[in-house]
Amino acid sequence: MSQKKGFFQGIHAKFLERNSLILTVSILVVVSIGGVVEIAPLFYLNSTIEEVEGVRPYTPLELAGRQIYVREGCYNCHSQMVRPLRDEVERYGHYSLAAESMYDRPFQWGSKRTGPDLARVGGKYSDEWHRDHLINPQSVVPESVMPPYAFLADAALDYGQIEGHLRTNRLFGVPYTDEMIANAETDLEAQVDPFSSGYDDLIARYPGVQIRDFDGNPDELTELDALIAYLQVLGTMVDFSTYEAEAPENQR
Amino acid sequence: MTNIAFPAPRKGGAEGFLIALILIGVFFWSLYAVARGGDPLMEQQGWLIMAGSLIGLIMLVGAFSNGGPVNDESQYAEGVIKAGTIATMFWGIAGFLVGVIIALQLAFPNLFYFADFGFLNFGRLRPLHTSAVIFAFGGNALIATSFYVVQRTCRTRIAGGLWPWFVFWGYQFFIVIAATGYLLGITQGKEYAEPEWYADIWLTLVWVVYLLVFLGTLWKRKEPHIYVANWFYLAFIVTIALLHVVNNLAVPVNWFGAWSYPVMSGVQGALTQWWYGHNAVGFFLTAGFLAIMYYFIPKRAERPVYSYRLSIVHFWSLIFIYIWAGPHHLHYTALPEWAQTLGMTFSVMLWMPSWGGMINGLMTLSGAWDKLRTDPVIRMMVLSVAFYGMSTFEGPVMSIRAVNALSHYTDWTIGHVHSGALGWVGFITFGAIYCLVPWLWKRKGMWSKALIEWHFWLATIGILFYIAAMWPSGITQGLMWRAYNDLGFLEYSFVETVEAMHPYYIIRAFGGLLFLIGALMMAYNVYRTIRGGVEETEDRVNPQSSLVAAE
Amino acid sequence: MYEALSQFAQTWGLLLFVLLFAGVLVYALWPGNRERFNKAAQMPLDDAEGPEGTDTGKGRNHG
Repeated sequence: MSQKKGFFQGIHAKFLERNSLILTVSILVVVSIGGVVEIAPLFYLNSTIEEVEGVRPYTPLELAGRQIYVREGCYNCHSQMVRPLRDEVERYGHYSLAAESMYDRPFQWGSKRTGPDLARVGGKYSDEWHRDHLINPQSVVPESVMPPYAFLADAALDYGQIEGHLRTNRLFGVPYTDEMIANAETDLEAQVDPFSSGYDDLIARYPGVQIRDFDGNPDELTELDALIAYLQVLGTMVDFSTYEAEAPENQR
Repeated sequence: MTNIAFPAPRKGGAEGFLIALILIGVFFWSLYAVARGGDPLMEQQGWLIMAGSLIGLIMLVGAFSNGGPVNDESQYAEGVIKAGTIATMFWGIAGFLVGVIIALQLAFPNLFYFADFGFLNFGRLRPLHTSAVIFAFGGNALIATSFYVVQRTCRTRIAGGLWPWFVFWGYQFFIVIAATGYLLGITQGKEYAEPEWYADIWLTLVWVVYLLVFLGTLWKRKEPHIYVANWFYLAFIVTIALLHVVNNLAVPVNWFGAWSYPVMSGVQGALTQWWYGHNAVGFFLTAGFLAIMYYFIPKRAERPVYSYRLSIVHFWSLIFIYIWAGPHHLHYTALPEWAQTLGMTFSVMLWMPSWGGMINGLMTLSGAWDKLRTDPVIRMMVLSVAFYGMSTFEGPVMSIRAVNALSHYTDWTIGHVHSGALGWVGFITFGAIYCLVPWLWKRKGMWSKALIEWHFWLATIGILFYIAAMWPSGITQGLMWRAYNDLGFLEYSFVETVEAMHPYYIIRAFGGLLFLIGALMMAYNVYRTIRGGVEETEDRVNPQSSLVAAE
Repeated sequence: MYEALSQFAQTWGLLLFVLLFAGVLVYALWPGNRERFNKAAQMPLDDAEGPEGTDTGKGRNHG
C-alpha cells in the first residue's frame, strides 16, 4: 500500500470504495435522476392527463375481453399506437391520442407489428369476420402467421369477479360509479343480449356501447364474445369527424 | 495458516428458522388460494406454489438433519455456484429451444400451431422465451458469477450462510412460477415484466436477500479496494430492484387471485414500462455482463484489464446515461415530444461509454492476441465484446427519430436485440461457463477443446444467419409499409408485408437452431467434464484454490 | 412552467452534468490514484495467491 495519501485518495478511502453502502447510495442517486426527470412531469402535464370528449371507461364485457387480449399475449404481435406518419394514418386511421389509453391498465401500445396495428380496428370488420379469423386466421387471410384461437369460442366467460375488476380500476381514478360496480354482472350479460331488460340502463351508463351477440352463439356467453366486443370498441370512442387537434382545448 | 485440519463449523439455526417461516407463509397463502381463492387460474398455479414451498421445507429439513449447513470461513462457498452454473445451462437451452419453436411458428404457422393447445400459441410462448433467456439464463449466470467474483476479489467466503442458497432456489422458484403462469395465461401484459404481482413480490424478497448477501460479502472483504466488476454487479442488483419495484406497482383484484391492475395507465404506464424495459437491457443485460467481462477476460487472458481508469469512467458514465434512454422506445407515440428528444439524445450519447467499455475489454488482450487463435474460450469472449460494440453502435442509430420511424415495430429491432442477446450476453456467458466448470469441479480443463471450437463456430454462424435475416427483413417491411404507388395510394396491404417475411423467418429459425445445437454441445462437454476422468485435455485452465487466501 | 423547466435543464442541468463528468474524470486520472488502480487491476489475477508477500502456498492447489 502506498503510504502517502492524496486528497482524492482520502475521499476514496473514506467514502466511495471502502464504504460499499455509500457506493450503493451513489448508484441509486445517479440512476434515479433520469427516471425522475422524465417520468414525474407526465403526471402534471396537461397533454398527458387531459380528457378528450368521448373517451369512457370500458364496459364490463369490454374489460373482460381486454383481459383475454392480455392473457393471450396479443400485444406481442399487435401494437395499439398509430404514429402521426402519413402511411400509418392512411393505413390505420387518425393517429393515437394520449387520452385514448388513459384507462388502459396495462397500456397495450406494443412494440412489434408482426400483425397490423389494432388501435383503430373497431368497426373495420364485421363480427363474423373476427369470429372466422380468430377461430382459424388462415381461412380468412391465407398468408397470415397468426395462431388459431378456436378454443375461445368454446370457453364460457368467467366473470364472477368482474365487480372486483371495476372496483380495482376505480382505486386509480377510473370513473366507475357505485351503480356501475353494483350492476357490473348484469351489464356484462346485457351487452350480448339486445333483448334484455338491462338494455337502456347499459346505454345510459356507457354511452355509445355496442350491444349484440358478438360470437354468433346466443346460447352461451363465451370468451370470444368478450374479445370481439373489446376489439370492436378499439379506437371508436373519440369521434374524429368532429375532433379538432387544433382546437384550444386539445392544444394544451 | 490452514484450516483443513479443523472440523467444519456448523451453524445457521436462526436463518434456517426464518426461511422456514417464509416458506410456511407461502404454503398457507397458496393453500387458501387453491381452496377458496375463487380464481380458476390461480387455483392451478396455487398447487405449484404449494408444492414449491413444501419442497423448500423438505430441503431445509434435509440440510439441518445432518447437523446443520457447513459454513467454513476458510473456504470459498462453491456449491451454490456449481448449482448456478448448471441452472444457467439448463435454462439457457430451454430458452433457446422455445425461441426456435416460436421462430418456426412464424415460419410455418400451419405446422407449428395446434388449435387444441392454445397454451402453445405464439402469444404465450414468446414471453416464455424472453423470460427464459433474459431472467432464467441471464439471471442465473449473473447470480452464479457474482457469487464467484465477489468472493474471489474480496478474498472472503460469501456472507449469509444459508441465504445464498435461498437466493438460488428462491430465484428458480420464481422462474418456474412465472413460466408456468405464462402457459396458463397469467400475465401482466407488459413486455419483460409479465410475471404477476405475487411472483413480483416473491422476486422482490429474493432480490433484497441477494443484495444483502452481496453487500455483506463486500463488508467482510479482506481487500481495501472493491474490484470494479463488483461495482457493475452492485449497480445491476440495486438498479434492477428499483426498476422492478416501480414498474410492477399494482393492486390485485383479489389477494388470492392472479389478476392485478397496474397503478399507472396509458402514457405514464408506457414511459415507466420502457424506462424499466430499456434499463433491463442496460443494467441486467449490460452492466451485469460487463462485470463478467471485467473479471473473466483478464482471468482467462492472464492479463490485467487494459485500463482500470477507463473502467471507472466507463462505469459512472454508463449507469448515469443509460437510465435516460427509455423514451426512444416511444418515438412518434402519444408521449410528449420533449421526452422523446431527451431519450434520443441520451441514447446517442450512450454510444461513447459503451465503446469505452468495449475498447477496455478488447485491449485487455493486447500483447496476447495469439490466444485468439489458440484458445476458443478467449475467442468467444472477445467476439462477445465485439458484438457488444456492434449492438451499442446500432442501438444509438436506431434511437434517432428518423431511423426509428422506419425500424420501429419491425424485425430490425428483433435482430438488434439478438445481436446483443446471442452475441454479447450469450457468448460472454458461455465463456464464463467454460472457465467456471473446470475451476469449480477441479478439472484440468474442459473435456473436449474440439467441442468448444464446434460450439464457437456453430453459434457464430447461427448468429450471423439470424442477424442477416432480421436486418433486411425489418428494413424490407418498414419500406413496404410506407411505399406508395404512382397514384398516391399505399402500395402494399399489410398481409403482403407479412408474406414477404416468409423466407427471412425460415433463415432466422435455422440460425437459431444452429445456436441451440452449439449450446447442446456445451452441455454435453460440461457433463463429461463434471463426470470426471478428464486425464488429458487440450483445454487447460489455471486451477483456482477453494481456500480463502490467508492474510 | 414547461419553458422555465426546459430552460433550466438546458443551462444549469447541462452544466451540472459536465461538472459531474469532469469530477469522474479527475478522480479516475488523479496521479495519486494511479498506483492503487494499478494494484486493483491485478486483483482478479492474484486471487489464488492471497495478498502480495503473504502467500505461503499452503493448502493451495497449484497445478
